[in-house]
Amino acid sequence: MTDELEKLKAAFRQERASDPDPEARHAAIHAAMLQFEELEQEKNVAADQGSAAEDRLKTRASEISARILRRFSMTMTRSRLSYILAGGVSLAALVLVVNLNSQNLPGLPPQHGDREQAAPAGGGLLSLNSAKPEAPAPVVEEQSSPEVSYDVAAEPAPAPASGAIAPMAAAPSMAAKRMADGRTRTMAQTRAPQSVGGLVPYSNLAGTDDSTPGYQDQGRDRFSNVPDNPVKRVADDPVSTFSADVDTASYAFVRGSLNRGVLPPKDAVRIEEMVNYFDYDYPVPADRSQPFKADVSIMPTPWNAETRLMRIGIKGYEIERAEAPKANLVFLIDTSGSMNAPDKLPLLRQAFRMLVSNLRPDDVVSIVTYAGSAGTVLEPTKVSETGKIFAALDNLSAGGSTAGGEGIRQAYQLAGEHIDKTGINRVILATDGDFNVGISDPEQLKDFVERKRETGVTLSVLGFGRGNYNDLLMQELAQNGNGNASYIDTLSEARKVLVDEASSTLFPIAKDVKFQVEFNPAEVSEYRLIGYETRTLQREDFNNDKVDAGDIGAGHTVTALYEFRPSSATGALIEPLRYQTEAKSDTGDKTVTGYKTGEIAFLKIRYKLPDEDVSKLITTPIGADAVKAEISEASNDTRFAAAVAGFGEILKGGKYTGSYSLDDVLALAASARGNDPYNYRGSFLELVRLAKSAGAMEPLKK
Amino acid sequence: MDMQANDEDLAELAAAGNAGAFRCLLERHYDRVYRLAFRLTGLREDAEDLAQDICASLPKRLQSYRREAKFTTWLYRVVLNAARDMHRRKASANRATDGYEELANLERDGREEDDDQTAWLYETLDRIGGDLRETAILVLAEERTHAEAAEILSVKESTISWRMSKLKDKLKSIAKADA
Repeated sequence: MTDELEKLKAAFRQERASDPDPEARHAAIHAAMLQFEELEQEKNVAADQGSAAEDRLKTRASEISARILRRFSMTMTRSRLSYILAGGVSLAALVLVVNLNSQNLPGLPPQHGDREQAAPAGGGLLSLNSAKPEAPAPVVEEQSSPEVSYDVAAEPAPAPASGAIAPMAAAPSMAAKRMADGRTRTMAQTRAPQSVGGLVPYSNLAGTDDSTPGYQDQGRDRFSNVPDNPVKRVADDPVSTFSADVDTASYAFVRGSLNRGVLPPKDAVRIEEMVNYFDYDYPVPADRSQPFKADVSIMPTPWNAETRLMRIGIKGYEIERAEAPKANLVFLIDTSGSMNAPDKLPLLRQAFRMLVSNLRPDDVVSIVTYAGSAGTVLEPTKVSETGKIFAALDNLSAGGSTAGGEGIRQAYQLAGEHIDKTGINRVILATDGDFNVGISDPEQLKDFVERKRETGVTLSVLGFGRGNYNDLLMQELAQNGNGNASYIDTLSEARKVLVDEASSTLFPIAKDVKFQVEFNPAEVSEYRLIGYETRTLQREDFNNDKVDAGDIGAGHTVTALYEFRPSSATGALIEPLRYQTEAKSDTGDKTVTGYKTGEIAFLKIRYKLPDEDVSKLITTPIGADAVKAEISEASNDTRFAAAVAGFGEILKGGKYTGSYSLDDVLALAASARGNDPYNYRGSFLELVRLAKSAGAMEPLKK
Repeated sequence: MDMQANDEDLAELAAAGNAGAFRCLLERHYDRVYRLAFRLTGLREDAEDLAQDICASLPKRLQSYRREAKFTTWLYRVVLNAARDMHRRKASANRATDGYEELANLERDGREEDDDQTAWLYETLDRIGGDLRETAILVLAEERTHAEAAEILSVKESTISWRMSKLKDKLKSIAKADA
């Protein structure tokens, strides 16, 4: 190198002018993440083969207008020289927004050719967008007419125009909601005044929330804080009792967090829900007199050489769709303003669309919304009238506050009107948050749901979005309503919950399923139930049929894991007491004599058939034949469940897992994928990899 | 940050819809993108706009990313092309009134924080211009090898060497003119 080149190089090295500004960095990453989400939404829409061409057109149109609207707000946040065309451009953009949204107005017939017709009116802008709807952010693209394409699309509006649009768009919506307050209206009625102003509220567009400069909750997700199940000494407390849990919400929430590169809050991790997210191939009973049978396997604990891991699994028999009972479903949909985000209302719409497509023609569906006021959007309608149902779903829009209580009352009333004693009567609640209007007391709400359960109407809860997700209340509502809670973060999760597992999510085959395990002190010194913290029952509750417990649907699997220390092993976590004799315990004589050597534990399962009130009992002694000496000898299912549990423990802080690392989880899970047709287990591996790079806290949004 | 996941893996995950992987890529490479954009444009506002637009276009662009090139090589190429486009656009937008360079100089005169050497650096870069400027930035500032620079710019390695010697000549003549 010569002096000249060295001098230039040295100048580059000492120069600080090219250090990025943290704000700009943040804004750029935020904008990129929005584009990413939008693209994923588009992919999902494209993947949804079932939707008709007109829907695609509509979605596309609203996406384009969404993109333009977003740029309004982006422009607002940035100060820069705007070069040309500024005045004319904002006009063109306004025309475009109005035109596109005239499709959504009630009372007008669908205008399929709208986009094409509008092209001349919108000038060069619209035709450009119609021709290249897939174009990425235009700045970095080769365009034949650079002036128009770049400046129009990327800087559509100078500050005054965007400033004027945002409030106008929001105002009619709020006013309409306020007017409607306290009265019951159908969607069409509520929407009519909104369109009077000519500008359709921004909130009517699908998937456009990111562009609103307004409200975005963050970090208000609520989870119940329940301490981990403690290690128990068999001599003191040989019996462990818990209720079945087939919820999977925790897994999806954890996944959502990790996908954004953030570790989930510890309280969001419920290990049993993570384990139960996956299907396991446990043996099914030969006949229907008994809904499931117990399958137990014991192997060394992957994270502790001195303890053993006992995996208890049950699988309910499957119901073929043809013989499934008739379904009477009421969708209770939260349309409050916070639902206006791509991962909420639009996702919900697609999810329900999928569910409806998979019901049988004579099943009945109705839709109730709540936001500010509650309203019946769709009277009970047979699934054979698919078009009517889809139209009602498409017309949903978000705005206003949340009156969950009133909505629930109406939904149950509709379900009650069309109740079919031999079928499934269920309210499916879809929401992102809490119920702050109406029955505002959560206890009162739970009581209501619980009382309704006795009339035969059950409740399922689907959680959407995050930032204001009230996990605690949703869990409790679902538990009291004999239903299940799921968290929907992607379209594939919606497919899993509502279609692939529709029979299990919808059709219970056993209710109030309780587990009780009694450990043999001669074989086991200590034990710990992994997960199920929110599901523990009192020992005496097991035989009390009045005590509510979890339900199991067709094809559901439930897996429970115990980590226990054999009596022969050393290093017990709990020291024996000095002043108590060893054999002393409340099971008294039984522990001293009475037990069979070689038997490790005794498993009892109680359940009721869906239409019965008296429970039945399944008992299974767990003997040495269930024990595998090596981890590698255990089945794929057992090893995979252990890997998921290990992952959950690490996410919760790794109190019991010692030096067991995410890499160990990966290795164990990778060895146990087995038959994985839907790639659920494969995506778990991906999740563990993400956890390795995740940060502890979500960066605050601007 | 996870040092084991390489850029190419993350890029593939991101293209398949993994938001965490995508964010990881952005966090890792935004500074690189911005720095290169700044050196190519010489203006903070332009560089910030360019970097943001590039980031926002990445989700779509990643759909067509193939492992044939290293991710960073691919990314350099994206930034270079975007900067060239911006330059072209601004040049044609301003042709009617002022020359773009003149406008850029006016804007730059408003900057206060630059010390003498930085001012000299960007003045020099402006005087070098075009291919030579890109090559100089990749080789001297980004410290890419001639082979890498050649791959990024889609030219032969010998072209890079030739440009570097031409750059040397040009720097000499600039120094002479200033003296």
